[in-house]
Amino acid sequence: MSRESEPAKKRPPHPTLPRLRGRVGWGPLKEAAIAALVALGLFVLMIGVRTDQGPTGALVITTRFELLAKIVAAVFVGRLLWALTRRQANVSIGDLVPASVKAAASGVAVYAAAAFLVFALIVPIVFYTNRYLLDLAILIVTYTMLGFGLNIVVGLAGLLDLGYVAFYAVGAYSYALIAQYFGLSFWICLPLAGIFAAFAGLLLGFPVLRLRGDYLAIVTLGFGEIIRLILLNWQNLTGGPNGISGIARPSFFGLPFNSTDNGFAATFGLQYSPTHRVVFLYYLILALALVTNWVTLRLRRLPIGRAWEALREDEVACRALGINTTNTKLTAFAMGAMFGGFAGAFFATRQGFISPESFTFGESALVLAIVVLGGMGSQLGVAVAATVMLGGFELFREFEQYRMLVFGAAMVAIVIYRPRGLVATRTPSVFLHEGKDIPAAIVRDARAETPT
Amino acid sequence: MSRAEILTVEHLTMRFGGLTAVSDLSFSARAKEITALIGPNGAGKTTLFNCITGFYKPTVGRLQLAHPDGASFLLERLPEFRIAREARVARTFQNVRLFAGMTLLENLLIAQHNALMLASGFTVLGLFGSRAYARAEAGAIDKARYWLDRVGLAERADDAAGALPYGAQRRLEIARAMCTDPVLLCLDEPAAGLNNRESAELNAFLRAIRDEHGTSILLIEHDMGVVMEISDHIVVLDYGLKIADGTPDDVRNDSKVIAAYLGVADDELENVSAEVGL
Repeated sequence: MSRESEPAKKRPPHPTLPRLRGRVGWGPLKEAAIAALVALGLFVLMIGVRTDQGPTGALVITTRFELLAKIVAAVFVGRLLWALTRRQANVSIGDLVPASVKAAASGVAVYAAAAFLVFALIVPIVFYTNRYLLDLAILIVTYTMLGFGLNIVVGLAGLLDLGYVAFYAVGAYSYALIAQYFGLSFWICLPLAGIFAAFAGLLLGFPVLRLRGDYLAIVTLGFGEIIRLILLNWQNLTGGPNGISGIARPSFFGLPFNSTDNGFAATFGLQYSPTHRVVFLYYLILALALVTNWVTLRLRRLPIGRAWEALREDEVACRALGINTTNTKLTAFAMGAMFGGFAGAFFATRQGFISPESFTFGESALVLAIVVLGGMGSQLGVAVAATVMLGGFELFREFEQYRMLVFGAAMVAIVIYRPRGLVATRTPSVFLHEGKDIPAAIVRDARAETPT
Repeated sequence: MSRAEILTVEHLTMRFGGLTAVSDLSFSARAKEITALIGPNGAGKTTLFNCITGFYKPTVGRLQLAHPDGASFLLERLPEFRIAREARVARTFQNVRLFAGMTLLENLLIAQHNALMLASGFTVLGLFGSRAYARAEAGAIDKARYWLDRVGLAERADDAAGALPYGAQRRLEIARAMCTDPVLLCLDEPAAGLNNRESAELNAFLRAIRDEHGTSILLIEHDMGVVMEISDHIVVLDYGLKIADGTPDDVRNDSKVIAAYLGVADDELENVSAEVGL
């Protein structure tokens, strides 16, 4: 604490209006020259040389050294300006926010969460006519739910899981197969899908009990691929690459969403509209996500949740205190997997068609990115991160090829400026006098190895 | 030997490949006493601790723990978490191992995990807010508060354990171990890095644990001020062998101990070597 306040004293009184500091020297020029050199090396082939189709149909090389020179010059000047301003200001972005605003921000987190929830509840009413936005909202809430589930494993128990999509897939296929072969309704299939996914979680848990950090990440990554390959190759059961189509659509507790006389619309005396089903799906996934959130928040205050967090902090100490770390890890895997399975069942019923293509590593990476971005262990952070990431994807859709570029740049910026995610504090599960958030710097995370 | 023996170590040998860290060691620690394990660096003290608390499985030997109520455990056959849970042996670590990102109170509640887990009906009852669990948790918080008071950290109950100064972290680790209601408390260098005032406080605290709570203590310590003052019984190890065993006064005057710690004059070397059995 005291270490942080020391540099603040040395800083000029107005961080936004910094004093000029002594001689600048050759430093910035050197820095800019190096940056320009790197740019030259990087772009000399990408931009400087170009192949075009010549008159005979053969490829001819054309050079664009002028453009290359412009880019390198731009990098040089840009880096020079950056180095000069940084030298003078010596402030980070966080310092530009006054302390009073920061204090207020942590206080409003509760209100922000409430406002977020209210907004989530009225989305279908506000955007009733906008089918595109409703679909996007469903997607965002689905990923929020997946984020909540993965947060148990990664954020609380500190077990880095790169194969979370496997449980999503197991849930989706369990639902699809049970619904198809046994004709059971969604509400019976849903818990079954969760149970199957939880078993898959246990299955993954056993071989990785002794692993942590990078090693665990590699094995879970492999597990995710194994599940996908099984789905792809077990033709008889899963239909292989063709997937499963014609999955039962959800009904409103037995009332189908169609234009018949005993459909949902007719029963409630409404005009039939396909939007009814979309709105129902939205509230369904919202309810599932809220249940996940509620359970996670409760678990955090129960012995099992505290044991998960203790496991993340120091596994050896846990064992010395009589905690069965095997069971604790397996319950974390199973619990996280179960919620992934629920989300998978929802995905299957919404799409009506599933194939192994929906469950690639990219999905795992996206969910993990949401959890990391949100701040490991923070529920509000995960919800905000899911909204920002998937919303951002859609926002930049018109930029097509630049979308991933912008997305990647944003991720890099976040990892540099907020390495612990949007909500970078840990809220204690219990307090004696007053609850104080713990700065993330002393909280261990899934990336860290066990201290020896 | 009026008091019952709580821990009996018989012919304990621990080998790591070609290295014999502990060799044919036998001793016993009596109930409600402070037994100190001393010896130069690399004598095998921490290895012995790891064997007692189940983090290592001994190559040869028997470790018997007898509870005051008559229950008896063979520690070499139990995994470490059952030694803590059932045999009720608690330990601290040479390099403090706290749950740094969790508050002091949370640290002490995790130490009561097994009791709370039972009270929460293995999470199921707790999830639906059972009264019994709420009562059990309130009891656990009271116990945590008691131990925080005892180590003088009640004020900081809601701070992160990792934010505490080093001496306070050591005290918290002992408080956390005591929250498991141990029969035998194993402390690995509790006075390391403490200043004089702090180690005097530690002495008083360890005596209080022994006298008020009837917990037996097994102690590894390099600080001879602490060891000689509070120990009832001292076992001296050197190169994995026991070279002395007795009261502080016996050990202080033992020629082999002096030789191990201070070395011997060249002309006495042969005599001493023969005596030590080298």
